Amino acid sequence: MESRASPFLISVLCLGIAFLYLPMAVLVGYSFNASALASVWGGFSTHWYTELLHNRQILSAARLSLEIAALASTGALLLGTLAAVALVRFAKFRGRLLLTGMVNAPLVMPEIITGITQLLLFVSMLQLIGWPTRGITTVVLAHVAFCTAYVTVTVQSRLQTADRSLEEAAMDLGATSFQAFVDVTLPIIAPALLSSWLLSFTLSLDDLVISSFVSGPRSSTLPMVIYSKVKLGVSPDINALASLIIGVVGTCVLAAGYLVRRGERQRVAETRLATG
Amino acid sequence: MVATETLDKTHRQRRSLRGWVDRHGRWLIILPPLLFLFVFFLIPFGFALKISFAEAALRIPPFSDVYSATPDHKLHLVLSLSNYKYLLTDEVYVVSYLYSIRTAFFSTLLCLMIGYPMAYAMARSSKATQGILMLVIILPFWTSFLLRVYALEGIIRDNGLLNATLLWLGVIHEPLKIMRTTFAVYLGIVYSYLPFMILPLYATLEKLDHTLLEAASDLGSRPWRAFLDVTLPLSMPGVIAGSMLVFIPAIGEYVIPALLGGPDSLMIGRVLWDEFFANHDWPVAAAVSIAFLVLLAGPIAVHQHFRVGQLEH
Repeated sequence: MESRASPFLISVLCLGIAFLYLPMAVLVGYSFNASALASVWGGFSTHWYTELLHNRQILSAARLSLEIAALASTGALLLGTLAAVALVRFAKFRGRLLLTGMVNAPLVMPEIITGITQLLLFVSMLQLIGWPTRGITTVVLAHVAFCTAYVTVTVQSRLQTADRSLEEAAMDLGATSFQAFVDVTLPIIAPALLSSWLLSFTLSLDDLVISSFVSGPRSSTLPMVIYSKVKLGVSPDINALASLIIGVVGTCVLAAGYLVRRGERQRVAETRLATG
Repeated sequence: MVATETLDKTHRQRRSLRGWVDRHGRWLIILPPLLFLFVFFLIPFGFALKISFAEAALRIPPFSDVYSATPDHKLHLVLSLSNYKYLLTDEVYVVSYLYSIRTAFFSTLLCLMIGYPMAYAMARSSKATQGILMLVIILPFWTSFLLRVYALEGIIRDNGLLNATLLWLGVIHEPLKIMRTTFAVYLGIVYSYLPFMILPLYATLEKLDHTLLEAASDLGSRPWRAFLDVTLPLSMPGVIAGSMLVFIPAIGEYVIPALLGGPDSLMIGRVLWDEFFANHDWPVAAAVSIAFLVLLAGPIAVHQHFRVGQLEH
């Protein structure tokens, strides 16, 4: 659209963005507050960060959550990519409608329902076949299920815009359909794969509700520890932890965004070069 | 002669293998996600349905068997409808359903009122700015949901930044009570779900054919009139998609009412959580989930319909 936004629209946009970012900025500010009281500014201090490094409970929960997130996002990437390929490339197959429903429903299903029903599944499975015991395994399985939905939707929309004729050209030149997919299409959808893996990783790292239901007695994830502390009121070391997480995630997302955009630009340039 | 024969044989074998892959290979792609989601996403609802007919029992897991084999090898089925009766007789469930729907509705409306002008302003900015704005809107979505709700608490609590600023400015003389109210829950939902509203709205507004607006203004429409007659109707798919993405998860929200709401903000998610973790009544929790799901079927169907429509285009 070439016509400009009115001053009214621009001010709403700016206020809205301020609304989204102000609380996080304030939180980061508080994390450097020497005073344990939220209402008093006791001077600049990194005390809460050093405190954090000595909190064994938080450190072990963080480690557990990172392990779970790595496993779950990798599993979801594999399953989600397969589902996306199936939905985009195979126009008709038995179970297509079922698959479409199952990759879209988790996106809006309230987490609390998913959590309860999955717990009931795991408990019943344990009774029937003796597997899985509640713990890391059940958390990973539950996370893979909802992350797969996000991966499928992201990869699906990228695959739909990918140029099929390039793959056909490769097959005319003797490549098998598998080779053509791996050599031609995979590099094109690589940015979508990267961003959906990252998205799954952060979603898994952040999940409180589903994990609370399906995890076992000795597998408290980081959000579960944070939640139990936050519920009791303000805790300055959580401010420090939150600032660290926001900083790390923000940097990763910006870096990934930059890489993806650079890759896209390069690809467009190469295609232009190739097609003249 | 022999050599050609073997060559021919391997060739034939490879061709038959290829034929098999061509005919059935697609199932190697379709089956893993289909089976996984079937077992770990769909089947759980079956178990929840089954357990909702059981009765709470003092054992592990804490519910009675719904079916059992009698000594003469006949299947014995005990369906107890008491949990569903309980849902209808105990006021708290009906009240919390209605409260959840009301809260989700008004939060969605607020989201739409804030999100629409934001998405519209984004769609009207230059291409380069659009890219940056997209990132700015998406970034909070990537940062921890739980931590963002906690961060909001730092602004709105009695001695938080908002009250401190207003007191300092002399606008108010006593801190505003926002924390532990229904308004705090609205604010929390709007704050957490705003990106979900903006993105689909932006996607439809950005694709909007600008010449239609020009035509309207050429024909003498005032900008406001042209917006109501042209832009708004054409952006309805985005409005519905965004509203569903906010409304459905908001009804089941647990963290926001638990952290920001008062004791009276009994949203269904919170009731479910307590039924499970405080009362340990799994069969009632299962029945609440099933009843809740039935209630959500309509909105979820609307969401699916629009998503599928979007993907087919």
